[in-house]
Amino acid sequence: MTTTTSKHDTGREVSSAKEKWLRAYRQMVRIRLFEEQVNELYTRALMPGLAHLYSGEEAVAVGICEALRIDDYITSTHRGHGHCLAKGATPDRMFAELLGKEAGYCRGKGGSMHIADPATGNLGANAIVGGSVGIATGAAFAAKRLGTGCVAVCFFGEGALGQGSLYEVMNLAQLWKLPVIYVCENNLYNEYTHYSETTAGDILGRATAFGIEAASVDGQDVRKVNDLATRFIERARAGGGPAFVQANTYRYSGHHVGDINREYYRSKQEEQQWKTERDPIKLLSKWLIAESYADSAQLEGVHSDVHAEMEAAVKFAVAAPYPAPEEVDQDVYA
Amino acid sequence: MPERELTFAQAVREALSEEMRRDSRVCIFGEDVAEAGTPFKVLSGLVEEFGAERVLDTPISEAGFTGVGVGAAMAGLRPVVDIMFGDFLTLTMDQMVNQAAKVHYMSGGHWKVPMVMRTTLGATRRSAAQHSQSLHAWFSHVPGLKVVLPSTPYDVKGLLKTAIRDENPVILFEDKMMYKMKGPVPEEEYTIPFGVADVKRTGDDITIVATSSMVQVALGAATLLEKEGISAEVVDPRTTWPLDEKTLIESARKTSRVIVVDEGYGRYGVTAELAAVIAEGAFYDLDAPVKRMGAMHVPIPFSPPLEDLTVPTEQTVSEAARQLCGKS
Repeated sequence: MTTTTSKHDTGREVSSAKEKWLRAYRQMVRIRLFEEQVNELYTRALMPGLAHLYSGEEAVAVGICEALRIDDYITSTHRGHGHCLAKGATPDRMFAELLGKEAGYCRGKGGSMHIADPATGNLGANAIVGGSVGIATGAAFAAKRLGTGCVAVCFFGEGALGQGSLYEVMNLAQLWKLPVIYVCENNLYNEYTHYSETTAGDILGRATAFGIEAASVDGQDVRKVNDLATRFIERARAGGGPAFVQANTYRYSGHHVGDINREYYRSKQEEQQWKTERDPIKLLSKWLIAESYADSAQLEGVHSDVHAEMEAAVKFAVAAPYPAPEEVDQDVYA
Repeated sequence: MPERELTFAQAVREALSEEMRRDSRVCIFGEDVAEAGTPFKVLSGLVEEFGAERVLDTPISEAGFTGVGVGAAMAGLRPVVDIMFGDFLTLTMDQMVNQAAKVHYMSGGHWKVPMVMRTTLGATRRSAAQHSQSLHAWFSHVPGLKVVLPSTPYDVKGLLKTAIRDENPVILFEDKMMYKMKGPVPEEEYTIPFGVADVKRTGDDITIVATSSMVQVALGAATLLEKEGISAEVVDPRTTWPLDEKTLIESARKTSRVIVVDEGYGRYGVTAELAAVIAEGAFYDLDAPVKRMGAMHVPIPFSPPLEDLTVPTEQTVSEAARQLCGKS
């Protein structure tokens, strides 16, 4: 087929690839800088409650969500800011939610761990580890039954491998050939415990035992994540059934922002090594420059654009009003 | 023309089949719901009419398929999830309490979970401690859920249809001893709104508030009491949430004496809540403290003579009524 490809087509492919990866780059930077602002808000005591940062894992959310349609579904986790942004949420309403403001995605009633947005197919972040595996599978069931062609992606950390309901729904998804992708983000730590202390046997084997197609991927390489996701998602959309992804990644910060002294469970050297050698943003930036899709000045421009976007979003959220007291018992029932 | 009679099971089935014909989004899943039609044969014939795409046998995975019900409801279906025995609800608690009940509120009203869970309650079937409990109090405790306790074929049909059309997660408990009970069910379409109690029998001397399996017990007790000149009113709340507080309080004010009977455990149970509502609303009209009667605080024993001691009966309820009326 290559012999018949016109110059024009090749050019278009190049420009679309360039556009695609520059967009992925921007999305990853948005997540990184969003989380930097969260850290800042939290340490300045402007943010109530807890914050679980996604920094370091950006390539997973972006690689997967860039392969999804806007009406495809995701479920997210307590470490969910990255998934929500990658699926199309805007930072202003997210910050507003994090601060408990009425302008937030959940009118301030959900907070950091529960951002949900029907407009972007976000069924909700979930603060119960493994709590959304049934919801994602059920959304896939509805999509199949209603013939919408939608796919559901269920994000969870490797800690959720300890929850039995994951195996219940994977069994069911394979029996019913549901369009659902289980994405296990293995950031190595179940809160403060290395996963090797909690996880016997083989991770992919947990899915293949049900006959579910499963693959491991370098979760710091957004292109590899996206290639695999595209293959699994298109397969699911075409009726090929569920798939399981193990994305190997790393959580730069503690379990939550307040988890500062981490040396009892991991070394500073380990953290530094991931940040310098395996950073998903740096890896993509190197590749974009090597492919001549961008130069470093352009990429720095992305950072300053996004920084301005985040500053404005925080400003909006800080200034936004809290919900009125009358809101407290609204929306308990539909 | 004599009124048509259906069994409780037939009324459940008719409600489901009518709603499935009316709305293609309604589907059923659970263990042995398709060809088997459940162990109680409540769903017999539905898979034949609606097909295996809408009546689905699941693996024995209550937590998993309840979660699937929540997600399916959020994404546009109206699932009716079948939990074979109410005792198995323990396996669904995270999905019901942390997920289904909270999705609407936590999302700021953006997502809805129009899901129905059907399950059973009730002892005296000689099924021992893990197939005999009445756990509806737990769900009545949780904001975001609605809890339905039908006590007749007429009620179960109208309430189940309402449950399926409701935009919220609704859990409906059926007394498994009641499936063969017959009662009038009109041919024509009807629904019964939630939060509307039904006065099953009018009376002047004492109110017996009874739920689900205990409604027949209360009516039997009222018949016994009538022979002794005590006129008992039997009020069935039909839903513990939303709760028709007004009807309960009005009846208590009228009769001035109240017994609350429910097959759940007495301690921290539905009877405690109903008694408190009545005590708060009718305190100055009451001639005696509100009497509560629930299941004995023991795991349900297997041995029949022991099991029969654990739940209120016509005899124990009528005896309590006599005492309250000062006629024992």
